[in-house]
Amino acid sequence: MTSHHVILRVVSKLLMPVIVVYAFYVQFHGDYGPGGGFQAGVILAVSVILYALVFGVPEALRAVPARFAASLAAIGLLLYAGVGVWAMLNGGAYLDYDFLVEDVPGGHKGQHLGILLIELGVLCTVSGSMLTIFYAFAGRVTEIRDEDW
Amino acid sequence: MLETIVSALPDLMVANAAPLLVVVPLILAGICVFTPNGRTAWGLTILGSVSSFLCALILLLQVGTYGVVSYHLGGFAPPLGIEFRVDGLNVLFLLLVTGMGVLAAVFSWPTVAAEIRVEKHRLFYAAHLICFTGLAGVAITGDAFNLFVFLEISSISTYVLVALGGTRDRRALPAAFNYLIMGTIGATFFVIGVGFLYAATGTLNMVDMAERLAVIDAGNRAVVAGFAFIMVGLGVKAAIWPLHQWLPNAYAYAPSFVTMFLSATATKVAIYAVVRFGFTVFAPEYTFETLNITYVFGPLAMIAMLVCSFQAVFQTDMRRMLAYSSVAQVGYMLLGIAIGTSAGLSAGLFHLVNHGLMKGALFMAVAGVVLTYQGTRISDFAGLGRAAPLTMTAFAIAGLSLIGMPLTAGFQSKWYLLQAMLDGGWGLAAVVVVASSFLAVIYMGRVLQAVFFQAPVNPRKIRREAPALLLIPLWGLTLATLYIGVQADWVIDLVQAAAQASFVPGGGIR
Repeated sequence: MTSHHVILRVVSKLLMPVIVVYAFYVQFHGDYGPGGGFQAGVILAVSVILYALVFGVPEALRAVPARFAASLAAIGLLLYAGVGVWAMLNGGAYLDYDFLVEDVPGGHKGQHLGILLIELGVLCTVSGSMLTIFYAFAGRVTEIRDEDW
Repeated sequence: MLETIVSALPDLMVANAAPLLVVVPLILAGICVFTPNGRTAWGLTILGSVSSFLCALILLLQVGTYGVVSYHLGGFAPPLGIEFRVDGLNVLFLLLVTGMGVLAAVFSWPTVAAEIRVEKHRLFYAAHLICFTGLAGVAITGDAFNLFVFLEISSISTYVLVALGGTRDRRALPAAFNYLIMGTIGATFFVIGVGFLYAATGTLNMVDMAERLAVIDAGNRAVVAGFAFIMVGLGVKAAIWPLHQWLPNAYAYAPSFVTMFLSATATKVAIYAVVRFGFTVFAPEYTFETLNITYVFGPLAMIAMLVCSFQAVFQTDMRRMLAYSSVAQVGYMLLGIAIGTSAGLSAGLFHLVNHGLMKGALFMAVAGVVLTYQGTRISDFAGLGRAAPLTMTAFAIAGLSLIGMPLTAGFQSKWYLLQAMLDGGWGLAAVVVVASSFLAVIYMGRVLQAVFFQAPVNPRKIRREAPALLLIPLWGLTLATLYIGVQADWVIDLVQAAAQASFVPGGGIR
């Protein structure tokens, strides 16, 4: 089936890297303007979902295995919570970015690093969860045959 | 004794008890995904629950000393930053949730191994830990929107947990779907209500909100609408009659462990949120005099007690019967709240704690029977009194407590509730409580008669107890029920402190 739809395949192949780059643009621009991990995570997941729609779920599963997507969600969670605990171990409150790194008084190094890591965690979790949910629905096989009802 | 335990814990944990209570199970949930097998995930679950329980003990001690523990997340001061705020009211719920979490975690392995497919064990425990995180988070947070987030964290993982009962019984899937729809509507109502309050006050911090609501004109439509949306939304989560329709099926078809954990914690936490909003965010005068919530909650509570107890009498499935009984028991708690006095509230909270203990014990015993005899119909329980005396004795004691037999926890809290009602001039409600207890005699009596006085339907049923891992927490809960039945001072002190804290605007001592 995938041998047809030449235009779709070519155009989506062209679009895919752009979507991924745009996801990272939204991710890293989130520090300074609208954007952030959640939106970026969705856009990143969309690139894989588009791939799965055009080339088929098995192909997408070869590129991004379901196990990887699920692990990515957990890694994001651990990254987020880990940043909080790291600040706590350094003597601050939970998620107090000022305590993440040594800094001159009044400096904002910690704040920059903190929000970067936190948003990275959000990116991982959101894209991982979106993909896991998509795979769960797209890869669904009927478990109950009609005559069993 | 509490001081010795707490002084043995590391300083970091004591200083950061509030966030660690929520964060440790959350991190362990993430780690569970990478564990090699279910047994390791089980170990992590116990670790997370015990650590949260220790944090709750630390907070209990700190609340006793300082009145209120406020933790500023990220170092941002409230009302702009999110705060975790623990006072006399929510420390009670933190203890209940984490304590039941520990017992549930210990007992879970045999039933999870039997009811959940092997490849899902790790993810099952991850989902359970996230649910636990959410419930603890609802109880600990001092921010209205943060409460919504934690409510959703616990609810979404609960839908997953309930649906995993589909391995044993396919009816778990529609039950989970119904629960999802109802729960989502409830959460939506709640967040709409918070939105109205945010529009009216411009703040999400509960203490700040309480201060600003106090100076807003009582007839403000946005505030009234916000109150109504929040109470309806939380009413769905707390299974207040008639918003309880999701509960019987969800409890009946979920994995045994999930049923036990949810019955002891989930609706209780939603009731906490009702109390938090009804008493501390909105002033009690506003809730009970301006809006007359008594005439909404009171009748609903009484109908729940009668109708759902009556429905419980006609159930053939043990877990459905206990689920209907749970809705009826929510009625008792709500009735205590509806009186609007300190005595009534403490009676409601007292019954809430006791109900958590005894329903936990009942569902644990049922889980044991599901494990050994694979049946949940009441007829499957026939003759089990001889086949599994230890499990069934614990079941009987918890059942008698549910009825309200003297010398059990149920009697203490019902007596307390009756006194509060008679003091408040609620003669009719007192009659309803007694009538509902009488219905409880019928539905529990029917089961106990089958268990102890009928011949086993299946002669192959030789003596077969539930495994020790299950019996130890089961008897722990049962003995706690008996202990509270004889010596309830400790719990009464806690619930009275909780009720007093509820009557201070914003909660606790300022």
